[in-house]
Amino acid sequence: MLYLSVIVLIPLAAVAVKALAQSPSAFWQSVTNATVLRALAITLVASLLVAFIGGVMGTIVAWVLVRDEFPGKRIVNALIDLPFALPTIVAGLTLLALYGPDSPFGIHIAYTRGVVVVALLFVTLPFVVRSVQPVLLELDTEVEEAAASLGASNWITFRRVILPALRPAILSGAALSFARSVGEIGSLVLILGKVQIASIVIFADIESDAPRAAASLSLVLIVLSLLVLVAIRRLGGRVGEAG
Amino acid sequence: MTITTRTKWSLRTIALLYLLLLLLLPVVVVFLKTFEHGWSVAWGYMTTPAAISALWLSLLMAVIAVPLNTIFGVGAALLLARRRGRATALLDALVDLPFLVSPIVIGLALTLVYGIHGWFGTFFSDHGVRIIYAVPGMVLATVFVSLPFVVREVTPVLREVGDEQEQAAATLGASSWQTFWRITLPSIRWGVAYGVILSTARALGEIGAVLVVSSLVAGQTLTLPLLVYSRNDQDFGTGATTSAYAAATELAVISLVVLLVMTVLSPRRQGTK
Repeated sequence: MLYLSVIVLIPLAAVAVKALAQSPSAFWQSVTNATVLRALAITLVASLLVAFIGGVMGTIVAWVLVRDEFPGKRIVNALIDLPFALPTIVAGLTLLALYGPDSPFGIHIAYTRGVVVVALLFVTLPFVVRSVQPVLLELDTEVEEAAASLGASNWITFRRVILPALRPAILSGAALSFARSVGEIGSLVLILGKVQIASIVIFADIESDAPRAAASLSLVLIVLSLLVLVAIRRLGGRVGEAG
Repeated sequence: MTITTRTKWSLRTIALLYLLLLLLLPVVVVFLKTFEHGWSVAWGYMTTPAAISALWLSLLMAVIAVPLNTIFGVGAALLLARRRGRATALLDALVDLPFLVSPIVIGLALTLVYGIHGWFGTFFSDHGVRIIYAVPGMVLATVFVSLPFVVREVTPVLREVGDEQEQAAATLGASSWQTFWRITLPSIRWGVAYGVILSTARALGEIGAVLVVSSLVAGQTLTLPLLVYSRNDQDFGTGATTSAYAAATELAVISLVVLLVMTVLSPRRQGTK
C-alpha cells in the first residue's frame, strides 16, 4: 500500500491539489477556454468513434477467430496482441509512413483527425476482441440450434440469442477502448500535426510552464477516467490486460 | 445457426482485411523503410552512440521496473484474492488507475511531487539528487505505467486455484514462507510470467509519461521510443527519416520477440486459469 501511495496516489493527489488550489472561477476558466473545449471535443468524439467502430469490428474479428476455421488462424490469433507488444511510438511512425507526406498510396491523412482515429483503432484493437473471444467460446451452440429449429433466421438468432450474451463483453471492451483513447499519446505524438487533443494541450501547458492549467485539465481527465472505471465495474468487466 | 458459405466468406474477408490493413501493413512498412537505403545504412543508425545508449537505458527501465512491480504485484494479488474488506476493495479499484490515467497526466503528477518546485522537490534538490528531467524520474514513470499488469494477471489465477492446498500445507506444519514457495508460487507461475512479459513490453515501449519527465538529451535521457521521437522531430515535415525507422525497427524486433513469448505462454496461462 505504501508502494502504491508513493508511486501512484501521492502524485495523482498532487495534481488534484494543484488544480484546486486556485479560485473556482480561475479553475473554471482554465477548463472552459476555447482551446481546451475544442481539444476535449476532438478527444471525446474520436474516442467514442473508436469505441463504436472497435466494438463492431472487434466482435466480427472475435467471431471469425472462434467460429470459423481457416489455415493460419493461429497466427492471426497471435497477431491480435501485437498492439500490446509493439511500442506505440512505432505504431505512430508506421502511420506516418503510410499516410504521411511521402505516402506510397497517395493517401495524405497524416496531421488530420482521420489518422487519429486510425491510430486509436490500432492501439485499442485487442480490447474488444480479447474480451468477446472467451465469452463466444463458452457460448452453447445448442441454444442457437434451438432457435434455428424453431424457425428463426440467422439475423434473428444473432440479435435475440447471441448478441444479448455478448453484450456485456462488447461493452466492457468498448469502454476500455474509450478510456485508452482518451489518454493515448504515444501513437499520436508524431502524426498529430496541429490537431490538438487533450493530452497534447496538457503537454504544451507543461512545456510552457503553466502547471496550473495543465493540472486543471488533467483533473478533468482523471475524473473522466474514474467514471469509465466505475462504468466498467458495473458492466462486470475487468481492466485486465490493458496496455 | 446455419451459416451460408457466402456469409462465412464475407465475414472472414472483412475480418482478415481489417486486420491486414490495420495491423500487418504498417509493421511491414517500417521494415521496408528501414532498409530502403540498404542494410549497412540502417545498421549504422542502430549503432550510433546515441542509439546504443538509448537501448541500454530502455533495458535499464525494464530491469528496474519489472522486478519491483512483480514483487508488489504478487503481494497485492495475494491480498486481493485472499482477504475481504474495505481496504481490499479500495486497493482493487486503485490498482487500475495507471491504465486509465493519461500518461501525460502521470508525467505531470510526478513533476508536481518530485520536480524542483514539487512537494518533495526541495528535499531531493538539497541532497543534490535530480529526479525529474533525469533518469530516476523516468524510472518512476515507467514503474507507474507498468504497475497493474502482474496484479491483474495473478489475481484471477489465485482465485481459481483456491486456498485448500495452502491450508493443507499449513496443517502439516509448513511455515507461511514455505507454503508460499512450495505451493502458491508454483501454481501461479504462468500467470506471473505472463504479467512479467506484459510489464516488460510496456516498460520498453512507454513514451507518454517518460516524455514529460525526460530532458531529451541524447546519450543521457533518451530511451529507444524517445529516440524515435526526437529523430523524427529533428526534420519535421520532410517525413520520418531512415534514422527514426532504424530505431523503430529495433523496437519492433523486440516486440515481435515479446509477442512470440506471449503466444507460447498463453495456452499454459489459460490452463492454470
